[in-house]
Amino acid sequence: MKIVALSGSKVGSKTRTAMNYTVQKMSDKYPDVEVTLLDLADYDIQFSDGRNYLEYEGDTGYVTTTLMETDAIIIGTPIFQASIPATLKNIFDLLPQNAFRDKVVSILVTAGSAKHYLIAEQQLKPILAYMKAQIVQTYVFIEEADFYRKEITNHDVLFRIERLVEDTIVLTETFTEIREKKEAEYDF
Amino acid sequence: MKKYGIDPSKGLEFGIYTLGDHLPNPLTGERISAEQRVHELIEYAKLADQAGLDFFSVGESHQDYFVTQAHSVVLSAIAQATNNIKIGSSSTIISTSDPVRVYEDFSTIDLISKGRAEIIAGRASRVGLFELLGYDLRDYEELFEEKFELLMKINEEEVVNWSGEYRASLRNARVIPRPQKGFIPIWRAVGGTPASAIKAGYAGAPMFMAHLGGPASVFKRTIDAYREAAKMRGFDPAELPVATAGFFYAAETSQQALKDMYPHINEGMKKTNGAGFPKQHFAQGIDPHNIMNVGSPQQIIEKILYQHELFGHQRYIAQIDFGGVPFERLMKNIEIIGNEILPAIKKYTKKAEA
Repeated sequence: MKIVALSGSKVGSKTRTAMNYTVQKMSDKYPDVEVTLLDLADYDIQFSDGRNYLEYEGDTGYVTTTLMETDAIIIGTPIFQASIPATLKNIFDLLPQNAFRDKVVSILVTAGSAKHYLIAEQQLKPILAYMKAQIVQTYVFIEEADFYRKEITNHDVLFRIERLVEDTIVLTETFTEIREKKEAEYDF
Repeated sequence: MKKYGIDPSKGLEFGIYTLGDHLPNPLTGERISAEQRVHELIEYAKLADQAGLDFFSVGESHQDYFVTQAHSVVLSAIAQATNNIKIGSSSTIISTSDPVRVYEDFSTIDLISKGRAEIIAGRASRVGLFELLGYDLRDYEELFEEKFELLMKINEEEVVNWSGEYRASLRNARVIPRPQKGFIPIWRAVGGTPASAIKAGYAGAPMFMAHLGGPASVFKRTIDAYREAAKMRGFDPAELPVATAGFFYAAETSQQALKDMYPHINEGMKKTNGAGFPKQHFAQGIDPHNIMNVGSPQQIIEKILYQHELFGHQRYIAQIDFGGVPFERLMKNIEIIGNEILPAIKKYTKKAEA
C-alpha cells in the first residue's frame, strides 16, 4: 500500500511538525506501508494552466504523479484567511476532475483559532468529495496551544493522530477489498 | 446536406476513426513498431473501404504513445490505397497549424482520392503540442476561432484577403490546388459539452461530436444546443450534418465484448490521460441507453437505431482500435460491421424517395 502525506503550505512549521509525527507513527505501526512525505515548502510548483497532469515537468510533474499513483493521502493543512491555503488548492487544480477515485483521503488541520474548526468540513471536504475521494470523516484539528518549539505537547492530539493513521489504513484496506470483490463480479 | 456530400435518403453513414495511438497491447505488454502501426492503419482503412463503410479518419496528437503526428501524410497514403470511402482527419489541430498549409494538404489529398477528403478541425484535448510547436496556451480559444475562420474562408474563396492576429495577412492570396468539387466539407470537432457545441453552431459548421460513455440522452442536449445556436445565427440546422464518434466493439455476446475491450481502454487511457476508465462505468456501456456501442451485433444495431432516433444525426463513427487492439480483432469487427450491422442500419434509416 502506498500513502502520501501531503503538507499543504509553504508558511510556518506547525503543519509540517504534525505531519512529521504522523509519518513517524505510520512507519512505526505499519512498516510495510510505503509512505512518502510531500511538503509543498520543499517544491517549486507552478500554477495550474489547464494541461493534463502528465504534461507538467519538474517538481510539478513529480508531485502530481506521486499523488495520482498513491492509494491514500493524508492531507495536512493550516487555515489561512478562514480557508485552505492557495498552495493546497493549486494542487487540486493541477489534478484531473476525478483524481481521487478509488483513493482514501484523510485530513489533519492546524489552526490559530478554534473558530476555524468547521473550515475543513465546509471547504475541504466538498472539494475532496467532488474529486471522488473516499473521505475519512473524522479529522484531527490542532490548535496553536498544542505546540511548543516544533513539538506537539498535547497528548490528546497525539492520540487523535494515532487514530487518524489507523483509520486511514483500515479504510484503505477495506475499500480496496470491496472494490476488488466488486470488480471480480463483473467478470471482464 | 448536399453541400457536405451527405445524402440522408441513403440512411445513416457509418465510419471508423482512429486517434492514431500507438500503445502496447496490455495483454502481452508488447507494442508493435511505429512502422507496423502505420501500415496497419492503412490496411484498416482499406478493409473499411472494401466492407462498404462510408468514412475513415485519422487524428493528430503530438505526444508519447501516438504515431500519426503527420496525420495528413498518413491520410494521403490512405487516399491512394482506397477507392470509395470518404477520408478525413479526427481531428486536425487547426489552432497550432497554418490554415493555408492545412488547406493545401487536404485539397491535395482530395485530388489524390478523387474528391473524397474532409477536414475535421479541433482545438486539441491534450495541449502538449502548444509548447512543442511554439504557441501560447493562453491563446487556446482565440487561436482556434481565428484559424478556423480563415480555413472556412479559404474553402469558400479561392482568392483570399484576410488579416488577423496570429498569422501574417493575406492579400489577394490564391490558395491552390483547389479540391475536385471546389469545396471540402469542414467540420468542427466538439468534445461533447454544450458549451463547445454552441460555438460550432454559431460558426454554422457541421459538428463532429466525440464522446466517451454515459446516457445518450445527455448528448442529445449537446446536439439540441448546437442546432439552436446555428438557428440563432441564421443557419438552417436541417442543412448542417451532425456526426457522433465513440467507442465501439462487437463480439458474440455483450459480456465477451466487455471482456475483449476493457483492458485496452483502461490501460490505454492510463497511459494517455493519466487515469483509467472505471469498471463500474464501463459495465454500464452495454445498456441500450448508453451511448457506447459495445455489445453483440444485434444489440449494437438497436443502440445505433435508438441513437439515430434521438439525435437525427447523419453519421456515426466508431473507434475500435484504441489501446493496442490486435489487428485480427479489428479485421473481425470490420467484417461484422460490413456483413451485419451496416446493412441493418442502412435498411432502417434510409428514407423512401419522395
